[in-house]
Amino acid sequence: MSRSEHPIVRLCGVSKTYGATHALSDVDFSCFGGEIHAVLGENGAGKSTLMKLVSGVIQPTSGSIEVDNTITRLKGPADAISRGLVCMFQELSLVPDLSVRENLMLGAVGSGLGRLDTGVVQRAQNTLAQIDGGGIGMRTRVADLTLAERQQVEIAKALTRDPKLLILDEATSALNASVVEKVFRLIREERDRGVGVLFISHRFHEIETLADRVSIFRNGTHVETFDNGAYDYGAIISKMVGQRIDDLFPAKPSTAPDAEEVLRLDGFGWANSLKDVSIVLRKGQITGLGGLDGQGQGDVLQGLFGLLKGTEGRCIVAGTPVSITHPKQAKNPKLGIALVPEDRKTEGLILDQSIARNLELAALGTDGINASDPAIYQPFLDALELKCDSLDQPVTELSGGNQQKVALTKWLALGPRCMLLADPTRGIDVKTKTQIYALLRRLADSGVAILLVSTDYEELIHLCDETHIFYQGRVARHLTGRDVTAEAIIGASLNIPSSAETSEVANA
Amino acid sequence: MNTLKQNLPSIDAIFPYIGTVLLILGGSYFFPQILGFDYLAQQLQIAAFLGFLALGATLVILLGHIDLSVPWVLGGAAIVSTSLVGSGNPALATLAIPAALIFGGLVGIINGVGVAILRIPSMVWTLAVNSMLLGVAVLNTGGFNPKGEASGTMIWLATGNLAGLPVAFMVWVGATGIIALLLKKSAFGRYLSSIGYNEKATFLSGVSTPSVIFAAFAIAGLCSALGGVMLAGYANQAYQSMGDPFLLPTIAAVVIGGTSILGGRGSLIGTVGGVLFITLLTSILSVMQMSDAWRNIIFGLIIIIMLLLQTLRRKGS
Amino acid sequence: MRNLLRINQREVIAILVLAVLLTLYLATHPTGPNTYVITIWANQCLILGLAAIAQFFAVIVRGIDLSVGAVMALTNCVASYLVIGSGFDMTLGIVVVLGVGIACGLVNGALVVFGRIQPIVATLATASLFVGLALLLRPTPGGQIDYDLADAFTLDVFGLPTALIIAAMVIGLFWVPLRRTGLGLGLYAVGSSEHAAFQSGMPVPVIRLSSFALGGLFAGLAGLYFSFVTTTGDAGIGPNYTLNSIAAVVLGGVALRGGVGTLTGALAGAFILKTIGSLMFFSGLPPLAQPFIEGLILASAIAIGGAGVLRVKNRLEVFGK
Repeated sequence: MSRSEHPIVRLCGVSKTYGATHALSDVDFSCFGGEIHAVLGENGAGKSTLMKLVSGVIQPTSGSIEVDNTITRLKGPADAISRGLVCMFQELSLVPDLSVRENLMLGAVGSGLGRLDTGVVQRAQNTLAQIDGGGIGMRTRVADLTLAERQQVEIAKALTRDPKLLILDEATSALNASVVEKVFRLIREERDRGVGVLFISHRFHEIETLADRVSIFRNGTHVETFDNGAYDYGAIISKMVGQRIDDLFPAKPSTAPDAEEVLRLDGFGWANSLKDVSIVLRKGQITGLGGLDGQGQGDVLQGLFGLLKGTEGRCIVAGTPVSITHPKQAKNPKLGIALVPEDRKTEGLILDQSIARNLELAALGTDGINASDPAIYQPFLDALELKCDSLDQPVTELSGGNQQKVALTKWLALGPRCMLLADPTRGIDVKTKTQIYALLRRLADSGVAILLVSTDYEELIHLCDETHIFYQGRVARHLTGRDVTAEAIIGASLNIPSSAETSEVANA
Repeated sequence: MNTLKQNLPSIDAIFPYIGTVLLILGGSYFFPQILGFDYLAQQLQIAAFLGFLALGATLVILLGHIDLSVPWVLGGAAIVSTSLVGSGNPALATLAIPAALIFGGLVGIINGVGVAILRIPSMVWTLAVNSMLLGVAVLNTGGFNPKGEASGTMIWLATGNLAGLPVAFMVWVGATGIIALLLKKSAFGRYLSSIGYNEKATFLSGVSTPSVIFAAFAIAGLCSALGGVMLAGYANQAYQSMGDPFLLPTIAAVVIGGTSILGGRGSLIGTVGGVLFITLLTSILSVMQMSDAWRNIIFGLIIIIMLLLQTLRRKGS
Repeated sequence: MRNLLRINQREVIAILVLAVLLTLYLATHPTGPNTYVITIWANQCLILGLAAIAQFFAVIVRGIDLSVGAVMALTNCVASYLVIGSGFDMTLGIVVVLGVGIACGLVNGALVVFGRIQPIVATLATASLFVGLALLLRPTPGGQIDYDLADAFTLDVFGLPTALIIAAMVIGLFWVPLRRTGLGLGLYAVGSSEHAAFQSGMPVPVIRLSSFALGGLFAGLAGLYFSFVTTTGDAGIGPNYTLNSIAAVVLGGVALRGGVGTLTGALAGAFILKTIGSLMFFSGLPPLAQPFIEGLILASAIAIGGAGVLRVKNRLEVFGK
């Protein structure tokens, strides 16, 4: 079955503003049945706002939404679901304290607050079996599932709701390639039955293999919609970014392998998550930690910042063996370790407080630093070009990129000897990324040792001087200089022996 | 980095003052004596008792917690101080107030241990501590009103006048001033509301969050104990469950003063307003010789109205 | 089955503890286990049990209800006027009493849902209001409940205390069926993750309101049952029941952060709390030490429940979600 005659959902001149921020401006957009429609754009381009509008989570500030050619006000997710607009959200819509079975029945079509329909469980189980999720126990609490399993349950849950338009927002981000392939088969079957699919993903190749049509969003506007294959990668990227950013990464200075040691980990271990990790951080160097999600990279940062109990091995800071048991001890100028945590909204910042209050929080009570002196923050705010009305503005009103600037400055003001960064550019626009990269390089040049966990291998290649790739709590490979290539990083992440090693094995 | 905006009290904190003025004006229409100096001075004296409790409670609520052990910290402190005075030994009698304060601080630290170390919800833990204190009191006093009396100092603190103003009021204002200064000028004050908003992020900023929680609960214990000493001075005795009627008005005063029960946002200046408002409301209702029933009803309704006004204001802005 | 045990771990522990305490109580009771002793015990337990269920409905949606005792007092006073006379009068009276309970719950719910006031503060204020209304009805204790009706609900049926039968009926005829509806599931969903519940298409405000209404209904039932036990109306019964109902739900494994725990657990928690009290009474401990030991047991039980946090290996885990 090919594309439907009329769009299932059509947005006419839709805008959505939050305070002064324009999340979407004057967008016209349609999606049809029997078609897989991919939406591409950077973070903050308005993709998620679009999804939320179509699924009834939020209402437009102006403009109208047509469902089946009738102007409709979607009163809420329940309303949207009953019209066949079913969304699988990026922030998962599963209730952690309920079992898988109960989650599948929650809000199922037709049951409402009355008797639960157990039929959906059987249907969902059939779907799960097709996407390698047959082993998920129906009575397991969702909180006890892995992220991948939750995504599988989400997909099954969405499909039990008989969608006319299925909205998938980063639905497969935690799934491995073979499961993704099976999910795609399922999605194609839905399309062939006449269901419309709206698909958001950051994985280019996924969009290339799956999508029929592609729409690009940038800065809250709808740039263009075209058939898949009409443009090549380069052209698509420049449409997403707007202007070309050639020098995303600052130039790397020549490496100094025997620069002064700032921090050394010897045989570092923790519970079952970290085994025999040895890392040396040197003055002026940016050291990367890579690998698949959750292989222990993050635990190294937490251990160095005094968050883990019962660590093994030695930790030497500036020549002295230390045992770090509390963040307060880590940030003391004697050690000078700072951590910018992964989740800036719940760990890095206090969203309801003002920028000024957030900036001061780490500096307060640190020896030799006057937290109320604006001069210690200003240079970093300038370098990062923080955009805000005043420092009294609550952090929650800032964009993601500007929030991250505050989270960074808060620690940079302490003048740390060693910066620990957990994926500092995740979900941040390209311009802010370049600003952060440039600042990190300048810091390194001024003698700070930087340890960076990243899921973006471009960063590991172009920003870091050397990289440790983790696999199951161990350093699978230590890559330096020219060895840091995409192939080597991906290979080591999956624990495939490198070509050099393979040939050695063959020779032996 | 102090800017003008941070130094102004929030609108929520001004509400109870407006309410207080309205109460005085409205009340004076029916009872002109309300505008008299004597009546108002007496209200300030009575407000001080609730004021000490609300002062401590504000710190705990800013932290995002709650202290339900107020009644028996108050009662316990009153029993400790009056028993020491009643012992007849002058050396022990001079220790009456310090001993009561130490008692309050210690209970506060026990509260803090349960909340900060064992991570028990403060509502449950302080409730359990309260019932243990009740048990200890019953065990010691045999379930009767304890023997003993207030010392001269205690009576003076509670009922004395200095330059025409009640001493109790001045001590309250002094204590509030000291703690306000502490909140404003020290890192402690900043940590308090940061923890109230987001404890994890505060901990990750290198703050020893358990110490802050201990300190807040200890200060709250001290404040409740001081309230107990004052009340014992006022009544010249301690009596069973003398603290029970104070628990809910304390929380109400803090919340009406604009402090969020969820923690983080709030101010002492608002609490002072809340205390004045509640004290005056209670007093006017009794001056009007309302029955207990109508006093409760009107009290409840007015608190609901104040809370709804807060919501309305927030929706508006 | 093991999975089922693990999920309901807290309730299982609570019920086991209750069994041990009850055995101890009956073994130490001077007259030994007989219907009379068990009936008195069960009646006391059921009053607190119903109050704990009222509290449960507030806590499960991540709230707290400080007006449970006040609603009990109000419904008790209403009952002392209306639950007497002809069979029709009494039936109507009971309906009115429960209606008053539900209305109180709806007032709380409306303040929370539409007035956006935090539950703890809203119910603090309404508690004062409800007690005031109760005092208006009964400035001093008085009134009367039909004795025959009261006896029917507070004695025994073939040796089995009526109170226990009622408790079993609440679980079997109310809770188990409720758990199989979207509303029953929605209560947990709203308490555990309001966001996820909303995105799944659940009507969050309706669920919250219903939860408070159910809480009011059970506070009304508690007040009504209190009336059957005492056969009189008293506006001053509230404060103890409010605080004990919170202690009871916690002992019964209901998490104050919402979304975790069961009505059965809350009921078991209330029975445990009352049994500890009764056990003290006959244990031979000096009577004056009993309040202290009761408090100590409560505190230790809660502290042991909290001791798990000392074992976490990552310091961030103690902060929860």
